[in-house]
Amino acid sequence: MENINVKVNGVSVSVPAGSTALTAARTAGVEIPTLCYLKDINEIGACRICVVEASKARGLVAACVYPVSDGEEITTNSPKLIESRKMTLELLLSNHKKKCLTCVRSENCELQKLCKEYGVEFDDRFEGAMNKYDIDRSASHMYRDNEKCILCRRCSAACEKLQAVSVIGANDRGFDTHIASPFEMPLGSVACVSCGQCINVCPTGALSERDDTQKVFDALSDPTKHVIVQTAPSVRVGLGEEFGYPIGSIVTGKLVTALRRLGFDKVFDTNFSADLTIMEEATEFVTRYTNKDHLPMFTSCSPGWIKFVEYYYPEFIPNLSTCKSPQGMFGATAKTYYAEKEGIDPQDIFVVSVMPCTAKKFEAERIDHSAVKGLPDIDVVITVRELARMIRKAGILFRDLPDGEYDSPFGLGSGAGTIFGATGGVMEAALRTAVKAVTGKDAECLDFLDVRGTQGIKEATYDLNGNIIRVAVASGISNAKKLLEMIKSGEKEYDFVEIMACPGGCVNGGGQPIQPASVRNNVDIRATRAAGLYQDDLNLPVRLSHENPDIKRVYDEYFGTPNSHKSHEILHTGYTVRKKY
Amino acid sequence: MKKPISKIPFNGTPEQEAKLKAAIERSNGNKSELIYIMQQAQDIYGYLPYEVQVMIAEGMDVPLEKVYGVATFYSQFALSPKGKNAISVCLGTACYVKGSKAVMDKFSSELGIEPGQCTADGEFSLESCRCVGACGLAPVCVVNDDVYGKVTPEKVVEIIAKYKSK
Ligand code: SF4
Ligand code: SF4
Ligand code: SF4
Ligand code: FES
Repeated sequence: MENINVKVNGVSVSVPAGSTALTAARTAGVEIPTLCYLKDINEIGACRICVVEASKARGLVAACVYPVSDGEEITTNSPKLIESRKMTLELLLSNHKKKCLTCVRSENCELQKLCKEYGVEFDDRFEGAMNKYDIDRSASHMYRDNEKCILCRRCSAACEKLQAVSVIGANDRGFDTHIASPFEMPLGSVACVSCGQCINVCPTGALSERDDTQKVFDALSDPTKHVIVQTAPSVRVGLGEEFGYPIGSIVTGKLVTALRRLGFDKVFDTNFSADLTIMEEATEFVTRYTNKDHLPMFTSCSPGWIKFVEYYYPEFIPNLSTCKSPQGMFGATAKTYYAEKEGIDPQDIFVVSVMPCTAKKFEAERIDHSAVKGLPDIDVVITVRELARMIRKAGILFRDLPDGEYDSPFGLGSGAGTIFGATGGVMEAALRTAVKAVTGKDAECLDFLDVRGTQGIKEATYDLNGNIIRVAVASGISNAKKLLEMIKSGEKEYDFVEIMACPGGCVNGGGQPIQPASVRNNVDIRATRAAGLYQDDLNLPVRLSHENPDIKRVYDEYFGTPNSHKSHEILHTGYTVRKKY
Repeated sequence: MKKPISKIPFNGTPEQEAKLKAAIERSNGNKSELIYIMQQAQDIYGYLPYEVQVMIAEGMDVPLEKVYGVATFYSQFALSPKGKNAISVCLGTACYVKGSKAVMDKFSSELGIEPGQCTADGEFSLESCRCVGACGLAPVCVVNDDVYGKVTPEKVVEIIAKYKSK
């Protein structure tokens, strides 16, 4: 593309033609504040916090959507601009529930940060009517407090563009405009897939995960409970960000120690049950592939994806793997095998999951297929953000912690388990084990690079002893939807398909630490976090699920073989058709 | 004002549904015709209740929230049906100054509905309007085609009685 020359605050830079003033400024090393702008997702020029002066325009223009032209001069920080931004902030505050002291997003709130930077007094310069809304607590995974909403529409854009479900949007107009669902239905009654992507893009405390930390503290202080915890693969690469580590840092050792110091009786690794999932799922796939039974088979680890199929594509329910997710398999194994082995009444075992995901909260409430009748497989799910909150509340200095090791018997996870956290990881892990199952020996190279990377849809074909296996991987529901449509129309045919509801997979899950737009717009957090997991995979002594000694033991002592009658009863599940309206 | 949502049970007919479906058919999957389809739906049903918006969403393959967002953004769309008797209270400046707000409130409390709504028996609907060109008579209200001037909260009861189950 052709380049053009512009000046930003007197500094000359060359940028591709069509660049916005925001990009040009960034190139010149200047940051312009933004609120509504989210690259590729929400480019609506609505909030006007990003105003700049441009030599070829009259009046102030919104830098996030203003295309610069050759020879143009941009000013980003004149007193007039600073005054204008300050006024914009004051107007926002005039209709904002200013409760920073107790707000979940305090210190990580884009509005609060800008107010501080621009020296906005927190009292009301513009007094007037304030909107009154009840907090929507109806969904099992999140809250919405419209009184803290600044109507940037980043959430509804994410719900529409990334997740293709559009269950939230702007209702009514003018002063009454607010984010909600059709006919003011509570979020818990609409066809929301619980992914939490809207929370991750919200600049303020208007959207937040349902906070279940108190339930965990209560269980930990109940002497009659044996409280155990599992940590999902991508928690080890997400949590560090909450404590100032660079994006993509692996903090497994400190994570384990922190959990132990919080008082958990045992600290286990979901990587173990990810391996268990692979044993079950790879076996299920080989059987279904051989019998041509409902192909393509879809993975079932992502509860947001499952909910999406149940609501929007119920005709594909028979194609879903019947495997519970790794979280579910862990809980089910804990309340059966582990309970027996340790001689503990399953009633007294309290299973906590630390997940990168808000949909896991919803999944935990589906108890119709739990391993022990009447008992949930999982008692409480907390997100990475909630765990960080607990660690801070308990006064644990995370950065100073020594490294710890997971407990036996669910402490070992393979590299195949760890990469579950990135899009394509489940597929790669399954392929590593399927190769062995089909050909009798392990693949020469364990890295299946075709299915790695952050592209929305990936495809590959493998030849296992003459068996041609066509696979596809999609992440983000909008990509999943595209793939489903292509499968439906017959345009594409596959044997095995991995889907993750969140773009990039669990590393970018709705329960991961929130990175502000200033970071999201400039760094690919999905790729950076995924790189951490692939490095972790390389560093682990065991990289194959079927080589994990904890897995071998659990089959020897309890389940027998993958897809045995017992594993079907405990580790597999079923799905329900849900009505969209 | 947030648009009030009707609680009156939907009683659309198969004929109305066929008409709406035909209109959607004619749009040929062109999503940019959403507003136009919604206008036709409003002509067919008189308002856009949940059931109708769902038909539009499914027929046009757009999210229900899109339809609802549009329906609540534009004042031309109603979420409540018109009653057998449509009451309209002027809240234009002249009437407002002369106390039409109190008249509106009285209608509201007497009928038990908010402006923009219709009573459960379908007898009365209430809405506000801007200047009907009879400022000399302020405050003014219009019932069906009858104009009432110099209305007071006390007169509201009489006006309602006049139209009740007629
Ligand atoms: S949303 Fe931000 S500004 Fe508002 S109360 Fe919370 S921290 Fe404070
Ligand atoms: S959780 Fe996901 S599906 Fe639900 S409203 Fe948020 S973005 Fe949309
Ligand atoms: S809820 Fe959050 S993301 Fe959505 S419009 Fe309000 S402030 Fe923006
Ligand atoms: S208008 Fe540019 S960030 Fe909102």
